[in-house]
Amino acid sequence: MPTALILGASSDIGLAIARKFAQEGYDIQLGTRDPAAISSTQSDLSIRFNIRCSLHQFDADRTASHEFFFTQLNPSPEITVYCIGYMSQGKEMEDSWEETEKIISANYTGAVSILNIVSRKYASQKKGTIVGISSVAGERGRQSNFIYGSAKAGFSTYLSGLRNWLYPFGVHVITVKPGFVYTKMTENLDLPSLLTASPEEVGRAVYSASLKKKNTVYVKAIWRWIMLIIKFVPEPVFKKLKL
Amino acid sequence: MKKRITNWGNYPEIESNLLSFRDESKLRSIVSNEDSFIPRGNGRSYGDASLAPTTILTLHFDKILAFDKEEGIMECESGITLDQILKVIVPQGWFLPVSPGTKFITLGGAAASNIHGKNHHAEGGFSKHIVDMEVLLESGQQVRCSPVPNPDLFEATCGGMGLTGMITRLKFRLKKIETSYITQKQIKAENLAEILELFDKYHDYTYSVAWIDCMKKGKNFGRSILILGEHARVEELDAGQQKEPLLIPGKKPVVFPFNLPSFVLNKFTIRAFNFVYYAKNLKKEINNIVHYEPFFYPLDTILHWNRGYGKKGLVQYQFVVPLHRKDGLIEILNRISEKGMGSFLAVLKKFGNHQSLISFPIEGYTLALDFPVRKGVFEFLDELDQLVLQYEGRIYLTKDARMKADVFWKTYPHADRFQEIVKQYNPGFRFRSLLSDRLLITK
Ligand SMILES: Cc1cc2nc3c(=O)[nH]c(=O)nc-3n(C[C@H](O)[C@H](O)[C@H](O)COP(=O)(O)OP(=O)(O)OC[C@H]3O[C@@H](n4cnc5c(N)ncnc54)[C@H](O)[C@@H]3O)c2cc1C
Ligand SMILES: NC(=O)c1ccc[n+]([C@@H]2O[C@H](COP(=O)([O-])OP(=O)(O)OC[C@H]3O[C@@H](n4cnc5c(N)ncnc54)[C@H](OP(=O)(O)O)[C@@H]3O)[C@@H](O)[C@H]2O)c1
Repeated sequence: MPTALILGASSDIGLAIARKFAQEGYDIQLGTRDPAAISSTQSDLSIRFNIRCSLHQFDADRTASHEFFFTQLNPSPEITVYCIGYMSQGKEMEDSWEETEKIISANYTGAVSILNIVSRKYASQKKGTIVGISSVAGERGRQSNFIYGSAKAGFSTYLSGLRNWLYPFGVHVITVKPGFVYTKMTENLDLPSLLTASPEEVGRAVYSASLKKKNTVYVKAIWRWIMLIIKFVPEPVFKKLKL
Repeated sequence: MKKRITNWGNYPEIESNLLSFRDESKLRSIVSNEDSFIPRGNGRSYGDASLAPTTILTLHFDKILAFDKEEGIMECESGITLDQILKVIVPQGWFLPVSPGTKFITLGGAAASNIHGKNHHAEGGFSKHIVDMEVLLESGQQVRCSPVPNPDLFEATCGGMGLTGMITRLKFRLKKIETSYITQKQIKAENLAEILELFDKYHDYTYSVAWIDCMKKGKNFGRSILILGEHARVEELDAGQQKEPLLIPGKKPVVFPFNLPSFVLNKFTIRAFNFVYYAKNLKKEINNIVHYEPFFYPLDTILHWNRGYGKKGLVQYQFVVPLHRKDGLIEILNRISEKGMGSFLAVLKKFGNHQSLISFPIEGYTLALDFPVRKGVFEFLDELDQLVLQYEGRIYLTKDARMKADVFWKTYPHADRFQEIVKQYNPGFRFRSLLSDRLLITK
């Protein structure tokens, strides 16, 4: 049985991805800051899908622990999904530096730290798949969330470079841009239903992208066009918009 | 987030602050921070049972905690739906102890309404199959209850419509099956007297229910089809079916995309529907083997068929009268057919002698049918209530959206005791719904 490692397993998107891979017969390793809090997810996955599921403590901020974290995984996972992310609740420019660093760490530096380790291993064994959950917010900075957006932009750029670097080794990298998703992160927002995916849709999209070796996935296709338009607005105009 | 919501009948509608939780600590913080609320599962009750200005949604609290495949005992968080449970247990040779007419309800909803199925006469309601459950009270305290420790909390939670607290975890017994098929027998009955006789004659069948034509008058008054079933054994299947006796279908249901205007459901279409229905069953008796899906959940293949009743919605009227008040059943059915306001679908079932503190079923006959909301319906249903009262019957709360409080208090003999227990565990009446306020249980 192949194994999938899901980092950020306490998120709705992480859970949905884990359920989809488990349904397809993968054993699952769940990485999260507080494993005890998701022990019910462990029983759920193993009972529902008749697979093996284990819990592992993982904190994106504690980069010094990442090497040990990954090497002790047994078996070593064939696929690694990074769906950790962090968005602050208030206005970003009013946040403390500590809060700002949390955003950068969860969405970018923590990701680079662990995925570098994973990539070296996958390159050496000449197989493996890496999935990064990034965001359309990284495609153009907007006043409402440009710290988060710039961290995601960094992450997307990292993933595209990584894909290029790993290509000769036969290792595949997928960048996922979910658009809006109904999750606890967005629970208090009134999201437009045509533009919003369910976590289950994200799970299915990730699984199918891994089969088809897609590079960049927009879960709802319409987002590709929306972002295209947003990127076309000239900067002198864009800077005056309230977005 | 605030949103306008309704239950299955699309009536009534309320703006509600919807709050979700994924773990018990979040639930506890909601319960301590909000003034009042009601648990909400999948909104498959018809009326106002899970409606309130603040609703706590359980659908994300949906993990399977344990499954003993030898003993057939399962423990889950309360927001999991029966649909999801079936996918796990059927391939392992187990089945739900009680199935309602749709699989899209939550385990919490099954307990809170103490649902009944086609096997009520033989195997009782859902609560009979609960080993134990945990309820989070208004105080934030979490209490385990079962027929042995805390029997009062258990009794008032089964069928208690969410008024004692939030059921968080539930452990229940499953039923062993050899196949996912049902050996089905359908028998045509010319009239009401005949169908009631057939119920007695086939009492030994595990599953029995009848579709009844409520429009027909005269000598065919109450003509119906009795549907009987048993879980099929492997040797009863044909060679193809035997290859995978515990098959579960993977097909996706079709979604009814929009609200049809109510006039589509006038008397004419009701008659037409009945005609088609009968044409399919011209022989007196049909015996066949069917998958459990169409047997138990015939309407689930059309998700949101309720939208066929139009924007104004529907109310479902389900009552039961005791065995010795067959005359009541006849009179009420008579009134319904004279009035011609009811739906093309009416379900008739004989309940067994399994009663509990506040649950709906009593030994007797239950009839359920839909009424599109339109002029005169509420007045008419009030008249029917008086007959139900006169014939010692009662109305099913989980289907109700309009009964007057006095009818509830007169027809549920243990309502006082129920309210006492609710007061003990929910002293501030912070668990409350439109239904509980309307029926003066929490007022
Ligand atoms: C097509 C159809 C067929 C049906 N057939 C049958 C049938 O054959 N037999 C039958 O008995 N019923 C039947 N029903 C009714 C249905 O089974 C019940 O209304 C059931 O309670 C709905 O569950 P739900 O998860 O949708 O809960 P909701 O409708 O959201 O809530 C129902 C009640 O349960 C309470 N509740 C929900 N979750 C919890 C919890 N975790 N803790 C405490 N309280 C909770 C709510 O407060 C509310 O009072 C049918 C309904 C439909 C739409
Ligand atoms: N929801 C959307 O509309 C949307 C849109 C585009 C992209 N995304 C992305 O999708 C991913 C999942 O998001 P979600 O919506 O499901 O949000 P979420 O519920 O807030 O999930 C965030 C996840 O990240 C984890 N996390 C945060 N900081 C961490 C850290 N320092 N170390 C380890 N884990 C950490 C959280 O774990 P804890 O439980 O330990 O906090 C949680 O599992 C994120 O990358 C998000 O940016 C979401």
